[in-house]
Amino acid sequence: MAVDEKLDVSGLACPMPIIKTKKAIAAMKIGETLEIIATDAGSKADLPAWAQSTGHHYVGLIEEGAVLKHYMRKCDVTMTNEMHFKSTITNEELLKISPKPNIIDVRESIEYDFGHIKGAVSMPLGELALKLASFDQEQTYYLICRSGTRSDLACKLMVDHGFKHIVNVLPGMQSITTDLEKNI
Amino acid sequence: MIQQWTAKKVASYAINKKSLLVLDVRNRDAFEDWKIEGLSFEYVNIPYFELLDGVEQLLPQLKQAQEVLVVCAKEGSSIMIAEMIAEEGLEVGYLVGGMQAWSNYISPKKIGDLQGGGELYQFIRFGKGCLSYMALSEGQAIVIDAARFTDVYKTFAQEKNVAITAVIDSHLHADHISGGRQLAQEVKATYYLSSKDATEVIFEYCNLDTQTAISFGQSSVHLQALYSPGHTIGSTSFIIDDRYLLTGDILFVDSIGRPDLAGLAEDWVSDLRETLYDRYRKLDEALIVLPAHYMTMAELNADGSVSKSLGQLVADNHGLNIKDTEEFRHLVTDHLPPQPNAYEEIRKVNMGIVTPQEEEQATMEIGPNRCAVR
Repeated sequence: MAVDEKLDVSGLACPMPIIKTKKAIAAMKIGETLEIIATDAGSKADLPAWAQSTGHHYVGLIEEGAVLKHYMRKCDVTMTNEMHFKSTITNEELLKISPKPNIIDVRESIEYDFGHIKGAVSMPLGELALKLASFDQEQTYYLICRSGTRSDLACKLMVDHGFKHIVNVLPGMQSITTDLEKNI
Repeated sequence: MIQQWTAKKVASYAINKKSLLVLDVRNRDAFEDWKIEGLSFEYVNIPYFELLDGVEQLLPQLKQAQEVLVVCAKEGSSIMIAEMIAEEGLEVGYLVGGMQAWSNYISPKKIGDLQGGGELYQFIRFGKGCLSYMALSEGQAIVIDAARFTDVYKTFAQEKNVAITAVIDSHLHADHISGGRQLAQEVKATYYLSSKDATEVIFEYCNLDTQTAISFGQSSVHLQALYSPGHTIGSTSFIIDDRYLLTGDILFVDSIGRPDLAGLAEDWVSDLRETLYDRYRKLDEALIVLPAHYMTMAELNADGSVSKSLGQLVADNHGLNIKDTEEFRHLVTDHLPPQPNAYEEIRKVNMGIVTPQEEEQATMEIGPNRCAVR
């Protein structure tokens, strides 16, 4: 899986996996992703709980025998969920559109891999500006992320570059849990 | 100063109702699910990872407590937090081995004498509320509902200079891993289990039914089996020395057994009813009831043992006093408490179908026993 940073805490017992994760996250930039390789079974409960208590995003876990691969994304824990883009649609409305709409998923690739709407194109927010040429300015695109914040920024970026029909999907992937396609 | 607390010391505080502030630094759901029980204990639950930047927020509360014990799953995090508290100048202890050690700790308690100099001991596993028994008479002993830590029984038998000749399980357990079969193998004793609970087991055993009488030591001392289905279809009770009634998971001091852990609640309700309201009622009310579990510390006698006369239970135990059959059915099939952790896997281990590693066995046994309904 494509991540920005890797941390190996295998062989270490509680509390070391959390202490080292805390340090690693502190040294990363907001939006960057971290893979944590652990063998302590306690990390399965503790890392998601730590992420929740600190406001970072626990993306998912892959178990390979006794090896536990945790994925986490550093969030801006001070940021409020302010959204400015006016054209929006709800999750439910989006999923009813026929024929299948063009959906751009602007989350990080590991988030996409752990579950996305079938047919959605993966385009992390950080890469979007460089790849705008691959989209058609006349088409309608529905932009989605976890909570609507990153897709809000992405909508503005696309409109600023001449795209005419851009819609932000709210509340986003955090409340879609069924019928997801996975790449893991 | 950081003190190392053993599970034994924590148990003595719980029995003697000494006050203690338990600072449990595990996750909130782990704490909600299962914690160290003590009637005079106070609790603070904050996960260790919320205290990495300091323990200042806790100090006012900790300073008011007589004694503070930090507890986590194994011990690593509790040592770290205890060190942080000690740096603030407070006396503090941590539980060596954490909740795992608490789950594993077992302590013998003498219940009474048997005729001809014999003795009956109750082995209390505080962390899980599990009770097992050893009865001794003239150089021989029998063990009932052994936990998987067979050394406890072997060491005790050695101290008492007795040979374990029979090992018995009152039923196929679903809340903890039985040590019965292993103990029987290790000491070359006969292992007993009801064939009605053993349809899927893949090892040799000796069948238990109402005809089974096991003598040990002095010829007059014996255990008489009494078929008493309801928690499982093969659940068996035992009368030892005509004085003690071992009820397994059928009847507890303040509750009764649940019929659903093998997935057959509806089928076994009438069995449970018949055992509690008919089979047991025909017995002498002076019998001392010794169950295989307790649910709360309030069920312990002042000396730390768990027992009550059958007559007292007939008078006080709500589960023995439901006149209406439908109401009884409702109690034991609807609104049951959550099932014990990993109970289906535990049953498979007890059938001999799977044999997980020690660490996995420990994880399966995490949590309270939840074998009862009130």
